[in-house]
Amino acid sequence: MLSMSTNNLSYNDQGGSDSAVEVGQETTPTSSNAGFGLFSTNFKKNDDLKEMLESNKDSLKLDAMKRIIALIAKGKNASELFPAVVKNVASKNIELKKLVYVYLVRYAEEQQDLALLSISTFQRALKDPNQLIRASALRVLSSIRVPIIVPIMMLAIKEAASDMSPYVRKTSAHAIQKLYSLDPDQKEHLIEVIDKLLKDKSTLVAGSVVMAFEEVCPDRIDLIHKNYRKLCNLLVDVEEWGQVVIITMLTRYARTQFTSPWKEDGQFDENSETAFYESDEKKTKNGDEKKSYMMDPDHRLLLRNTKPLLQSRNTAVVVSVAQLYWHLAPKHEVGVITKSLVRLLRSHREVQYIVLQNIATMSIQRKGMFEPYMKSFYVRSTDATHIKSLKLEILTSLANEANISTILREFQTYVKSQDKQFAAGTIQAIGRCATNISEVTDTCLQGLVLLLSNRDETVVAESVVVIKKLLQTQPTQHSDIIKHMAKLFDNIAVPMARASILWLMGEYCERVPQIAPDVLRKMAKSFTSEEDIVKLQTVNLAAKLYLTNSKQTKLLTQYILNLGKYDQNYDIRDRTRFIRQLIVPNEKSGALGKYARRILLAPKPAPVLESTYKDRDRYQLGTLSHTINTKASGYLELSDWPAVAPDQSVRNVEVIEPVKEWAPSLGKTGKSKLSKSSDDKFYSDSGEEEEEKDKGSGSSSSDDSSSSSSSEESSSEAESDEEKSSSPSSEESDKSSSQSEKSSSESDSEQKKKTTKKPPQKKTVKPTAKDSDSDENGNVAKEASSSSAEETSSGSDSGSDADSHSGTERKKKTKSKAKPKVEVKSTKVVSLLKEVSLLDLDDFNPTPVTRPKMSVLSPSLLGDLEGLSLSNISSTIQVSGPAFVPEKRHDLLHRMAGKGLSAHYQFPRQPCLYQPTMVSVQISLTNTSDHPLEQIHIGDRSPTGLHMHCFNTIECLLPDASVTVSLGVDFNDSTQAANFQLCTKEDQFSVSIQPAVGELFLPVTMTEQDFRKEQGKLLGMNESSATITMAAENTTSQPISRQVATVANLGVVPSGQDNIHRFAGKTASSGAVVLVTVELRGESTALITINTEKSVMGPMLLRDLKWALAQA
Amino acid sequence: MIHSLFLVNSSGDIFLEKHWKSVVSRSVCDYFFEAQERASEPENVPPVIPTPHHYLISVLRHRIYFVAVIQSEVPPLFVIEFLHRVVDTFQDYFGVCTEAAIKDNVVVVYELLEEMLDNGFPLATESNILKELIKPPTILRTVVNTITGSTNVGEQLPTGQLSVVPWRRTGVKYTNNEAYFDVVEEIDAIIDKSGSTITAEIQGVIDACVKLTGMPDLTLSFMNPRLLDDVSFHPCVRFKRWEAERILSFIPPDGNFRLLSYHVSCQNLVAIPVYVKHNITFREGSSQGRFELTLGPKQTMGKGLEAVIISSQLPRGVLNTNLNPSQGTYNFDPVTKLLSWDVGKINPQKLPSLKGSMSLQAGASKPDENPTINIQFKIQQSALSGLKVNRLDMYGEKYKPFKGIKYMTKAGKFQVRT
Repeated sequence: MLSMSTNNLSYNDQGGSDSAVEVGQETTPTSSNAGFGLFSTNFKKNDDLKEMLESNKDSLKLDAMKRIIALIAKGKNASELFPAVVKNVASKNIELKKLVYVYLVRYAEEQQDLALLSISTFQRALKDPNQLIRASALRVLSSIRVPIIVPIMMLAIKEAASDMSPYVRKTSAHAIQKLYSLDPDQKEHLIEVIDKLLKDKSTLVAGSVVMAFEEVCPDRIDLIHKNYRKLCNLLVDVEEWGQVVIITMLTRYARTQFTSPWKEDGQFDENSETAFYESDEKKTKNGDEKKSYMMDPDHRLLLRNTKPLLQSRNTAVVVSVAQLYWHLAPKHEVGVITKSLVRLLRSHREVQYIVLQNIATMSIQRKGMFEPYMKSFYVRSTDATHIKSLKLEILTSLANEANISTILREFQTYVKSQDKQFAAGTIQAIGRCATNISEVTDTCLQGLVLLLSNRDETVVAESVVVIKKLLQTQPTQHSDIIKHMAKLFDNIAVPMARASILWLMGEYCERVPQIAPDVLRKMAKSFTSEEDIVKLQTVNLAAKLYLTNSKQTKLLTQYILNLGKYDQNYDIRDRTRFIRQLIVPNEKSGALGKYARRILLAPKPAPVLESTYKDRDRYQLGTLSHTINTKASGYLELSDWPAVAPDQSVRNVEVIEPVKEWAPSLGKTGKSKLSKSSDDKFYSDSGEEEEEKDKGSGSSSSDDSSSSSSSEESSSEAESDEEKSSSPSSEESDKSSSQSEKSSSESDSEQKKKTTKKPPQKKTVKPTAKDSDSDENGNVAKEASSSSAEETSSGSDSGSDADSHSGTERKKKTKSKAKPKVEVKSTKVVSLLKEVSLLDLDDFNPTPVTRPKMSVLSPSLLGDLEGLSLSNISSTIQVSGPAFVPEKRHDLLHRMAGKGLSAHYQFPRQPCLYQPTMVSVQISLTNTSDHPLEQIHIGDRSPTGLHMHCFNTIECLLPDASVTVSLGVDFNDSTQAANFQLCTKEDQFSVSIQPAVGELFLPVTMTEQDFRKEQGKLLGMNESSATITMAAENTTSQPISRQVATVANLGVVPSGQDNIHRFAGKTASSGAVVLVTVELRGESTALITINTEKSVMGPMLLRDLKWALAQA
Repeated sequence: MIHSLFLVNSSGDIFLEKHWKSVVSRSVCDYFFEAQERASEPENVPPVIPTPHHYLISVLRHRIYFVAVIQSEVPPLFVIEFLHRVVDTFQDYFGVCTEAAIKDNVVVVYELLEEMLDNGFPLATESNILKELIKPPTILRTVVNTITGSTNVGEQLPTGQLSVVPWRRTGVKYTNNEAYFDVVEEIDAIIDKSGSTITAEIQGVIDACVKLTGMPDLTLSFMNPRLLDDVSFHPCVRFKRWEAERILSFIPPDGNFRLLSYHVSCQNLVAIPVYVKHNITFREGSSQGRFELTLGPKQTMGKGLEAVIISSQLPRGVLNTNLNPSQGTYNFDPVTKLLSWDVGKINPQKLPSLKGSMSLQAGASKPDENPTINIQFKIQQSALSGLKVNRLDMYGEKYKPFKGIKYMTKAGKFQVRT
């Protein structure tokens, strides 16, 4: 506040007198602002704000925005400032921008037309190289609830879902829900995105996408199958809020997919604590007893992976795990949740409330679970009322013969509590204990009778009501108690209690023949001043007495009936009329009169005193519905266990054949993966390390599961074999077991498969690129093909959309986008189209694009647009020829080591013909021995994921002859050596190709302007630079170009300035742009700047360049 | 998930509202106010209130109700936990979480709420991440901002959100590297009239204040880890390591955080460190009551009892008290009937006592229950359960940190029934 006011004052001079007044008022402390708002007219104030917003001082604007936010926070309407605020949406000042976003999201719904003005800003920000800016743009864009931008949102979401940053993908998962609530018609498209994101392996994304799944398509359980194991394994590392959502969803999933782990007979062993104890004792034997049931390994996986989360500091996580165990775990394992739930009772009051509710429901079914912790439920005088009553509830449920005396002693203290509502609750609890445990019924009754002389009305009334219920359940000789109550009758004023006593009199009037008529007499006197409920019971009592003892009470009854006849309450009049007809014999009374006695004095069933939590377990524990005991909107039922488990192989992630094909070469992936991750340490932005970790834990645990499952399976197999080896059922079980064994082995190899697939994904997430790779290798993944089909279709959709807009605009846009990702693959094309803004209102500052460039690029683009399936051919077009081909040859195999075969390799710097992601390598083989070498070919290679295009086997190489072959190696943009074996007919030699970082590029041509633009996108952590001292010879352009070209395969970018030299290229595998700037400063110093999103390659290239330029 | 949030003060005014989805009219809070009116005490407002179209989930802290509006099924604890996290964050930022503090910092509050939830789903709740995004206001920064025109919004982007250790911010630098750990145990007990223990249990926490440069990897081991019966960890603790070796291994967040909370197994008998002799009587028919209270130490392992405060809710019939404390000051509020006695330190040679009479409402009947006495105390340099930290090691960084550990025992919910 202080800062604001001083700021205002300093600008006062320009503001004029109006604002001076304003400012003066504003300097008063904020707390008085609310009052101030009332007195000043709103529009005048807003005028002032408008002025501030339109000034060109950021600080003034910021102050205005702060005041506006304060208005919004107070719930005041600030919507008429919309136009003035929206203008600032593109501000450079981060805080101002954020506040404008807040405002925009709040009012966009009301000012839809104006809100559209801001859209283009977000569209531009969606392309920002910084992931956090992309994410925040998507966040705000999707929060603007304007139906007209639905298509834009859809495109943005689809694109963000395949962003390379997991954070952006997480944001897109959030955006899915927003779009769905804005336009439910988009459901089908959104499900596609959800499906895609569910496959994501980042822990950041998992929670958010499951949330979206729950909101959009909770019934599409089939989407979960393939991701089930991954979710289970990732769970521990997901952020806590995501854990809650995932656990809840998996609970539901598991109930549809696995068979019940509970004993068939006692699915709910209600109130049978004996059953529980039995199972407790037999815990160890359980395995032998229940041969028929074998837990699905996936079911076990879920239980095992959620258990550590009971230790979470987040109470919501703990309770969600607890409910998962309650609903899914075998009965004897549920006990593990007890301690954790009891621990939560130390937490905040509101947490206690929810936890106690859940415990209340659980304790009704399973007393044994919480009995050892009974003392934790003792009530403290400082507890809130609703907590007290819940504790009471639980204590009552826990009561049994053994502990009832302790509990009753505790209850005695509670009855005396100053909180009378609580005392009344205690009396009810005592009543319940008395009915449940017959040993203490009499004691309780005595105690309650003593309470009848309590001074507090509510206590007495409650006691009467409870005694009434107890007497009803115990229709033995309790006339003493009834007499006692009759005596107290005069002193009791609470209607419910009076009514209860009257009812008791009437019901048991034959046991107290002396007293009942007297009570009736008293009632006749006070009838008119009684409450309705008492009057009704009086009428009842009169009728009953008339039937049993008409001699004494006939007149009284008639008197009362007469009073009732003219009562103000129609209920009483009605009842009186009915009773009169029923009991008083007259000529009109029909057949019913004969049965009056049987009607009124029929033996009545005793009321059941039971907990209000008895049926709560029909709701999933921990849910809102459970808390409020009604179905909340959006509540998803927990289904019953299926009788027969659905096919469990649906959760296997890959098709079987390709995995097998790959199996031999998969062995050593681990190594490559590790080194890969160490390479990527620099790569600060994405959750790579996280992923690595997950994968580590994932693979280990899946190993566990597979081993355990196989052992389980084998045991079952053996058993079933023993039992009946010829029966069809055993055959079946055999089959299933072998199947699941297979599946477990599969899941093993899946894990490895994932690892092999990792590298392509790491660069920029391009599913189809990956797919095409695997296609080439004959690995036909089913999903892959389907997903690419989806891509194509959606691509063509958006294409047609885009066509309707102005062509030039589109080209400009598309092209400017196209350049960074020069090798255009089919997905890229799709995304390019998506990027075409449907609503481009951005006329103010068109993106700087140069004409000539467009003509160069557009044909290729159009080609791509036409044939989406043509993936790679066009990509080489922008790639220029190498500026310089170094002659340097590297030794691959020395002739001594190679038993006469010597090999050299060099990099010809030509685009690889086989596959554009590969780097071509020329190998010259020479036979220095004196005998011909036969069948020279390439054998095993490592890392196993290494994609290499081998040369054809050389059948024979004569002595002293040499041959040059070319090879394509996909180095995955890392300088990690490609190791393989060079084989002859007799021998195998391990060799390796170690690429210099500069060889991993392909040169590209671009204009200076484009260069600058690209550079602008690759700032911050994508930039590495160094100042060097150059050798004297290298200070002119020619040598610099030569030196740079020697080190790295980059293209020269024409430069306008003499002292700045620019080079551009792209990495072979992922096509990430690499920009090198050498800026001469002074005599011999130069600043080298490298911009690339490959943050590992940047510094390496920098090092090489420094070395080369420093040299003569 | 969470649709909107309303902040309501004790007098029932909505002083802040924030919507994450479409705007929900503040009239929805009328249902809350109804419930508030029905409740005798502020604490008795039910945390979950269903209304025809929405559900209101509220928490009460620092005499402010945080009322979240929900539209569809969501685990209520999810919301409650989040709201408490919001309060913790405010407290962390502004030192106190009062209506005045929130009003003074309304812009920061709004920025925080905006970052914490996206479309009602928690986004960033780690205080380390939030502090990178939005710097907490300090007097110094306010002055600097005024002069330089810079802002509280962090210029750099919160990379921590994306890292493997989202709870730790990057690029931490200190000249003095220090790590302090406070082992604080609270004893919850109910003592009955005769002085015997009905229930007693010990709950403990280890709060840490770690100011270490870089990415230190710490391990903390205990002399007697078996004492810990049930534990819950900060997300930074590696659970596997604990399971296997009973060692806490973690990369700490920067600054203050709660490393661990634990429950001491109930098999161990709890030593009650204080006893109370009391004689509180009301006589039938007389308008006077006697009140006598004496405190004394018991099983304190030679450590002194400090900061002892006695409080008791006297029966409604008590009009006033006339008491005489042997030490400290006492105070009786005739409206709320709350008696509190700030005893201070207990000197075992001269036991503190509070004696005197109570005047009762004339003609009123004698209250049937004697008041419960709540005791607060502290014992420095001792953990009641006997838990001892063995050693703290640091890996991953070169420098030598300064390490410190402190033990303390406090009374939790310690009640004596009379």
